Amino acid sequence: MKRYAILGTFVVALSGVMVAPAWAQTSAGEQLKAYREALADGNPAELYEMEGEELWVKPMGPKKASLDTCNLGLGPGVVKGASAQLPRYFKDTNKVQDLESRLMTCMLNIQGIPESETIDAPWGKGQKKVMAAVVAYVVTQSKGMKVDVPANLPQEKKMVALGEKLFYQQGGPMDFSCASCHSVDNQRIRMQDLPNITKAKGAQAGWGSWPAYRVGNGQFWTMQHRINDCYRQQRMPFPIYGSDVTVALSIYMANKANGGEIITPGLKR
Amino acid sequence: MASPMRIRATESGGVVDVKVLMRHLMETGLRKSSDGKPIPAWFITILDAKVQDKVVFTAEFGPAVSKDPFLNFKLKGTAKKGDTLVVSWVDNKGETNSSTVEVK
Amino acid sequence: MNLQRRKLMQMTALVGLMASAGLITQAEAATWDKAAFEAKSVDDVVKALGGSTAPTVSDKVTLRAPDIAENGAVVPVGVESSLPATQMAILVEKNPSALAAMFILPEGAEPFASTRVKMGKSSNVIALVKSDGKWFMSAKEVKVTLGGCGG
Repeated sequence: MKRYAILGTFVVALSGVMVAPAWAQTSAGEQLKAYREALADGNPAELYEMEGEELWVKPMGPKKASLDTCNLGLGPGVVKGASAQLPRYFKDTNKVQDLESRLMTCMLNIQGIPESETIDAPWGKGQKKVMAAVVAYVVTQSKGMKVDVPANLPQEKKMVALGEKLFYQQGGPMDFSCASCHSVDNQRIRMQDLPNITKAKGAQAGWGSWPAYRVGNGQFWTMQHRINDCYRQQRMPFPIYGSDVTVALSIYMANKANGGEIITPGLKR
Repeated sequence: MASPMRIRATESGGVVDVKVLMRHLMETGLRKSSDGKPIPAWFITILDAKVQDKVVFTAEFGPAVSKDPFLNFKLKGTAKKGDTLVVSWVDNKGETNSSTVEVK
Repeated sequence: MNLQRRKLMQMTALVGLMASAGLITQAEAATWDKAAFEAKSVDDVVKALGGSTAPTVSDKVTLRAPDIAENGAVVPVGVESSLPATQMAILVEKNPSALAAMFILPEGAEPFASTRVKMGKSSNVIALVKSDGKWFMSAKEVKVTLGGCGG
């Protein structure tokens, strides 16, 4: 029996996790919506965006160069609309890359900063802190645009397929997969609605709202950080920052979300 | 950059709406670090807004104000389009920050 | 006069001098109301703010706060009044120290302020408005799903 077949019942797979119908339709859901709307104005992610805007033009690294010639897919230095079309295939690296792995490429080639500086840094510190701010700046430049990830190229199709396989791959002590939480409509864990990422609407809600500022810990989380934490929640080993696993999952989600509205940087609990 | 501060001041119908977003940890002094030691309180105590060196609004914060504070207030008659608004804060450690914006 | 008193007066004079010399901003010259912020209960805060009796509940004081806060670390709260106000405050009854924020309104500052506060647990949130030397209030219960002070 294929391990990634759709789970018949959740009781076995979701031991210890309380999963219930989504809040969205309830009066409590209405109240939460009001809470989130009250916070929408003045998203602290803007503070990270301001820092990122400065870092984008700041000479850094052994080569003392600035990132503002970085090609995110629309030409050197073009930031407007760039994250909307990521992840995508890049000829110069012969790889499908998401925003963060592409920024690492630029940090290496333009500034001389090795990828390990970002990969090995603890979340929110050192080069990861720089990365988060730059990401906040770049994604803000795509806010309000539509996700543009058709994944037509053969390399992109391959990564989408890999992402789908990973999405359903169960592992860890509780046999969780992304699908355990994110493949059913109207599901939630405690107070959090879980978007159904296997459908366009859910994928757009998920992909379109990360990176985001999380009020609970007052931190700005990039998509790489979000994916990493999903694996932690599944009690699985952490994927390597910017690795093919993370890019494959990202392009799977982005492709499912294709055409959806981008509201990054988001605001989350 | 120095601790980022974003100010938006817009005038409409004679009233200037000011929104300020500022980076600050706003530590309550009640949290403990992983080694069990309390993290000292560190928070903005006083914030003020000035137009032409005259104070037009003052806020006093306690540690219960959320991290990365947000503040929204309104001015009538003390500021107008084109004026320069200066927002400054000081925290309990004596650190200060300031930012200016043109009222739009 | 005793030594302490003299020292206090000297300090005040010095601060005043520095303020007028532009060496410190007005914000630093204004002193933070330590007594009010360290008061524990709502009653203690009101006393520290110079209120001699319980504030009068008034429909001219509007408190804007959500019914449920998804995260107690960040709860948006706004206070507004149709009374001419010189001072306003936001209190969270069940916080370790009830006073969260205070607003001093010089002439030209509208009786309107909005910020975000931490709530340790579900509690009454109180808006205080000082008008014509008297304190007025409005209160609302805000439920919190995750405490905002430590965990």
